[in-house]
Amino acid sequence: MSVREATVDGLKQILRQVAGEVDGVDLDGDILDRTFEELGYDSLALLETGARLERALGIKLDDSTLNEVQTPRQLLAAVNEKRATHPDAA
Amino acid sequence: MNTSVVVTGIGVVAPTGLGVNKYWAAARAGTSGIRAIRRFDATGYPARLAGEVVDFVAEEHVPSRLIPQTDHMTRMALAAADWAFDDAGIDPARWPEFGMGVVTASSSGGFEFGQGELRNLWRQGGEFVSAYQSFAWFYAVNTGQISIRHGLRGPSGVVVSDQAGGLDALAQARRLVRKGCRLSLAGGVDASICPWGWVAQLAGGRVSTGADPGDAYRPFATDAAGHVPGEGGALLILEDAESARGRGARVYGEIAGYAATFDPPPGSGREPGLRRAIELALEDAGMDPSGIDVVFADAAAVPELDRTEAAAIRTVFGPRGVPVTAPKTMTGRLLSGAASLDVTAALLSIRDQWVPPTVNTEPGVDHHLDVVLGAPRELPVAAALVLARGYGGFNAAMVVRRAG
Repeated sequence: MSVREATVDGLKQILRQVAGEVDGVDLDGDILDRTFEELGYDSLALLETGARLERALGIKLDDSTLNEVQTPRQLLAAVNEKRATHPDAA
Repeated sequence: MNTSVVVTGIGVVAPTGLGVNKYWAAARAGTSGIRAIRRFDATGYPARLAGEVVDFVAEEHVPSRLIPQTDHMTRMALAAADWAFDDAGIDPARWPEFGMGVVTASSSGGFEFGQGELRNLWRQGGEFVSAYQSFAWFYAVNTGQISIRHGLRGPSGVVVSDQAGGLDALAQARRLVRKGCRLSLAGGVDASICPWGWVAQLAGGRVSTGADPGDAYRPFATDAAGHVPGEGGALLILEDAESARGRGARVYGEIAGYAATFDPPPGSGREPGLRRAIELALEDAGMDPSGIDVVFADAAAVPELDRTEAAAIRTVFGPRGVPVTAPKTMTGRLLSGAASLDVTAALLSIRDQWVPPTVNTEPGVDHHLDVVLGAPRELPVAAALVLARGYGGFNAAMVVRRAG
């Protein structure tokens, strides 16, 4: 992901890279408020997703963030909040 | 009285073909899958041949979500597991999940995946190492992934005893079925053909540096100079014989006898453990040597190991006392996948009443072995003995026979 802001499209791209797609789940649909569990991504897939977001955006998420977020909307909010407060991300 | 345990399904991934039928047709034709390595540039290495599974396209056999988290060997194992269930006519989703287990053998885990992540670590830094490295390299990963994919929540495990592992895993599965597990998926599918895995195998000192695929792996030849490694293997469905009969399953044969022994330390002067493994496996099967119609040899192609194996077979069966074959001369030695593929060949020999050949070698006359050379041999096969040895002193022997 080359953009410096985390978008839902960027997140979908990362999710596909780190854990493929699950049968019966359409990532192209509106996934913002569905839980990662519903979407078929387990805790390790989320950990890997977090690492990719950190690398792409030059941020460091709090250790607790990935345990707390349930949905793509919550993850994007947490990431973009970090980005906003990150000195290099302006 | 121990209950009889039978094989009702088989999934094969071999350098000579995907699936039981292609593997077996290639074995009948004596077609070899040993070629120059394609998976990486091996020109700078002393050994440059392998039995690679070149026609396996993971995306065709493994769900997309499992691709980023699996090593090549795990993808092949997942495919073999699917095929074994299909072959057995079993949909695991309709079986009780705690009544099914999985036992695989492993030699070194997912080396190619691990190599990639080590590269990421040293070239880019720790934050570039995949979270999936936590398990993708691990010995037990094939067991875990198969268990998760098919919901096999009964007793499961992994056996690590190098090439002997394929038999040891089947034996463990037999124990679990005898203890009441209704079904156990077992065997080995292995792969380590990447630079990191390759140097580890070379360090063992038993890999052939021959350049000609037609004569690099010559077990029992007087000038034997090591083996050619391969990748792949077989996974088998084991069930209680009565339960299998009850559901009208097609039965390949019975896992009738097994034993494992360990060699004495080098320099002890004591006899290696293979002969005793054979005798104990026969005893476990309640059979005399005369009941064995063919022996599938370990076929190390290291002169001292070949002498040990020939002597063990000769001592038990007499000089040229039983046909001996090594279809692994067509595939290379598949690490922990080797022996379960040999058990597959033994069961198919019982089904079809012919024995696959040993190719590309000319056994020394001093061994006094009746090796099935060059072409398949038709003969009545009611029982077969499969031998396997692992680096470091592991010996295993298994008797399979036509189900009663």
